[in-house]
Amino acid sequence: MQGEQTVAFQVCCQSEIAQLLWLIPAVPIVASGVIALLKQTQRKTAARLAIGSLSFSLLLSLNAFDHVIGQVLTRKDTSMPIREVVNFTWFQFGATNVDLGWVLDPLSAVMLVMVTFVGLLIFIYSTGYMAHDENYTRFFCFLSLFAGAMLGVVIANSLLLLFMCWELVGLTSYLLIGFWYQKPSAAAAAKKAFLTTRVGDVFFLLGIVWLFAQTGTLLFYNGGSGSMESHALLELILERSAFGFSAATIIGLLIFAGAAGKSGQFPLHVWLPDAMEGPTPVSALIHAATMVAAGVYLIARVYPLMSAGMPAGGTTAALNVVTWVGAFTAVFAALIAVAQNDIKRILAYSTVSQLGYMMAGLGMGGVAVGMFHLITHAFFKALLFMGAGSVIHGCHEEQDILRMGGLRSSMRVTYLTYAIGMMALSGVPIFFSGFWSKDGILEAAQHFSVSKGPFYMLVFGALLTAFYMTRQVSYVFFGSYRGHGHAHESPKSMTTPLAILAFFAVALGVIGTPAWPWFRGFLESRAVNFEWSGFSEPGLAALMAASSVVVLLGLGLGWWLYGNKSPQPDEPDVLEVAAPLPWKWLRDRLYIDEFYGMTVIAFYWWWARVADWLDRRVWGGAVAGVAWAFGLWAHLNRFLDTYVVDGSFDKGCEELSTGGGLLSRMESGRVQTYLRLLALAVIALAAILIWSSRA
Amino acid sequence: MSPHLNPLTGYLLVAALLFAIGLAGALTRRNAILVLIGIELMLNAANLNLIAFWRYGPHPEALTGMMFAIFSIAVAAAEAAVGLGLVISIHRHTKTTDLDAMNRMKG
Amino acid sequence: MSVVFYLIAGLTVAGALAAVLLKNTVHCALALTVAFAGLALMFLELDAQFAGFAQILIYIGAVAILVVFAILLTRGSETPKDGVFGAKPLFGLVTAAGIFAVLGWAVLHSAQALPGAGGSPTPAPTVTVMQIGNALMDRYVLPLEIVALLLTAALIGAVIVAMHEKAGAR
Repeated sequence: MQGEQTVAFQVCCQSEIAQLLWLIPAVPIVASGVIALLKQTQRKTAARLAIGSLSFSLLLSLNAFDHVIGQVLTRKDTSMPIREVVNFTWFQFGATNVDLGWVLDPLSAVMLVMVTFVGLLIFIYSTGYMAHDENYTRFFCFLSLFAGAMLGVVIANSLLLLFMCWELVGLTSYLLIGFWYQKPSAAAAAKKAFLTTRVGDVFFLLGIVWLFAQTGTLLFYNGGSGSMESHALLELILERSAFGFSAATIIGLLIFAGAAGKSGQFPLHVWLPDAMEGPTPVSALIHAATMVAAGVYLIARVYPLMSAGMPAGGTTAALNVVTWVGAFTAVFAALIAVAQNDIKRILAYSTVSQLGYMMAGLGMGGVAVGMFHLITHAFFKALLFMGAGSVIHGCHEEQDILRMGGLRSSMRVTYLTYAIGMMALSGVPIFFSGFWSKDGILEAAQHFSVSKGPFYMLVFGALLTAFYMTRQVSYVFFGSYRGHGHAHESPKSMTTPLAILAFFAVALGVIGTPAWPWFRGFLESRAVNFEWSGFSEPGLAALMAASSVVVLLGLGLGWWLYGNKSPQPDEPDVLEVAAPLPWKWLRDRLYIDEFYGMTVIAFYWWWARVADWLDRRVWGGAVAGVAWAFGLWAHLNRFLDTYVVDGSFDKGCEELSTGGGLLSRMESGRVQTYLRLLALAVIALAAILIWSSRA
Repeated sequence: MSPHLNPLTGYLLVAALLFAIGLAGALTRRNAILVLIGIELMLNAANLNLIAFWRYGPHPEALTGMMFAIFSIAVAAAEAAVGLGLVISIHRHTKTTDLDAMNRMKG
Repeated sequence: MSVVFYLIAGLTVAGALAAVLLKNTVHCALALTVAFAGLALMFLELDAQFAGFAQILIYIGAVAILVVFAILLTRGSETPKDGVFGAKPLFGLVTAAGIFAVLGWAVLHSAQALPGAGGSPTPAPTVTVMQIGNALMDRYVLPLEIVALLLTAALIGAVIVAMHEKAGAR
């Protein structure tokens, strides 16, 4: 069912929790600042500060969630959605107001709880995982900063605040991916992540600026005058721009470009697998649960814009694009995941694939469908990553699945929790949350009016997901141990969060079943009752059966090819033997990176050389030219000074001296000369006198 | 002879001639004493001028010209005495009365 | 213009010329005396008897003698090798000629304005010594005193200037 936002209604008189909502991101950020000032040896203090601040945020988030639930249950007017907004003007220039603000509605409430809860578990996990790292303090500083920034993105009601926190999230992602910056591959991966998301962010910024210019306000919701409210949306639909699309569509697509960058949609997915260079907690937090989900959350937040002007039973151009890109990414990434041998890389491509699912779900099914999968995915993907981290830790920093095996017995807790996560991801029916969330998406795809293409793609993707996850689990946990040293289980600080997440990977399914679609109802601000009749919707049973069959097929295939066998590291894969060329393509990630290298990067290098040439020859030349001109001027001045000024002065003095010499010749010292001159003067005078008296 | 030649003019011309001769001598002779001689001649010429004007002037009874001339003579005598004393003194030092050699004030 | 005038004038001019042109300085001094005498005669001719006799007394009797004395005392360096005339005598001559020209021009040009231009000379004044003495004491007493002072100074100065310096120099 498409969630339709009608006229946004603000509950007046904001509640206390709404007014205190800003503390949720602020406290971790402040904690990060304090940790930054700590010494490297004050490890315990850093960890305590980070965990404490995030716990505080968790408590506040739970409070907010509870408050919103209460509002949902007690509201009387069911046609208006629940939303509390606190806005304020940061500054003004001219007639424009720059506003900031935050919003507390079901969407932000549920996201807050997810981010703080999963984040807190990962923080605790990190105390064990990073225990031997000497940069422990710096790690928690960055983690805290990231948590604060992500929470800022979640509660933002202002485009500006959203973008600022968005950029901050990108920055902390860079810092965390490149945490071990002495490794050249890590530094390169961090740079790649930053630059790739930057490409998306450029379009995002364009979209923001355009939206601001068009609607005149930075706020999403502002008592009727916000940019996500009907008045602004009507304007945007009517405004025609490029290719005959409305401004709403183009802005929506621009914002989607930013989301695609952060959420690793094709073609901006290239940074995500490389980002596995960061420590595993980072991968779990940022690249499974939260940051990559930020893109999906963004689309959910601006969904009114994306769905503006949607004809009944159809879809808008923007959502169409989102759907197709998502579906394509889902299949594309799943294919590549099949041929990878690094445990984290498989999970990375799996994340890209699942993000594609979320985008497709948003596009076809609306906010509730996409967000449900986001929430469930956050839990089981974080679980899988942390499990992978535990495995890596237990196998003494080994990451190649070909060098693992048989860990089922040596790492029991990790094995059990990992298995639960894997089954949730694959969508094993009934008991696991992933089944319900993925089914929601498939159901929406089935009813997609534009085409059945996405549906088939997503089904194929589900098959592949089950397949590659079975492959991975077989290699890692079954068979015999092919690694070095002795594998051991991880400490309690690492396995406890695993257990907690495993519980939720199962339990969350409950709130999304058709019998009790509590999640959807919550997001649409209505209370929902448990009804078995939800299962008897037409086509639903058939769909559930079909997807179960697909999943089991994938699991079976994987087990048949890989289960309990122990291939040696130098043996080629079974599928590689069967189809070497496709396997090679998949293993080499379908050459997307190489393509970029040839085109974009090559252009960039060329441009950098041009710029360098310009800088050295042209601007540098200009500067050198100016310097040379100055030098010339200085020489000229010196020349003038020496020859003209000094020369003329010296000449003058010489002439004076000569003149003096000449004049002094008058002073012959001979009286008669003087007398003669006197006489001459007298003659002259007399002549004048006589002449003048003639008259 | 111009028709305007009267006795006064004649005396004046003579005085002028004497003056010129004395000046020529003062300007050209090498010996310092001869320069003084020239100067004396010049003074005398002036005296002659004075007396001539007194004689043919409007008021000879005022004796102005005569007195002037007498005083001039007295002063000339004093000046001659001093001048010649100087010449002698210089001669004692430099053993010469050559004016061309006395150019210590040169430059 | 009487013949006497021309004679006396000619004598005077001749003496002056000789005084300036002769080689021997003593001869020059003697020629100067002749010039002085001629001048005295001209004074007498002009009815300025006192001036004339004063001229004879002072100039011939004192100045000329003085000049001769000076010449004789400085005879050691007489007749220089380069001739009696100094450097560039022509220049001096031309200058003197110029002076004469200007003066002559002045005289001749304004001759008609001069007194006695009517043709008839004024009657000769009678000047007695008593008149001169009275004038000296009356009208010209100040110049008299000043001249007396001057003469005293000249006397003392001349003595000092010409005095032999003591051995060892002051």
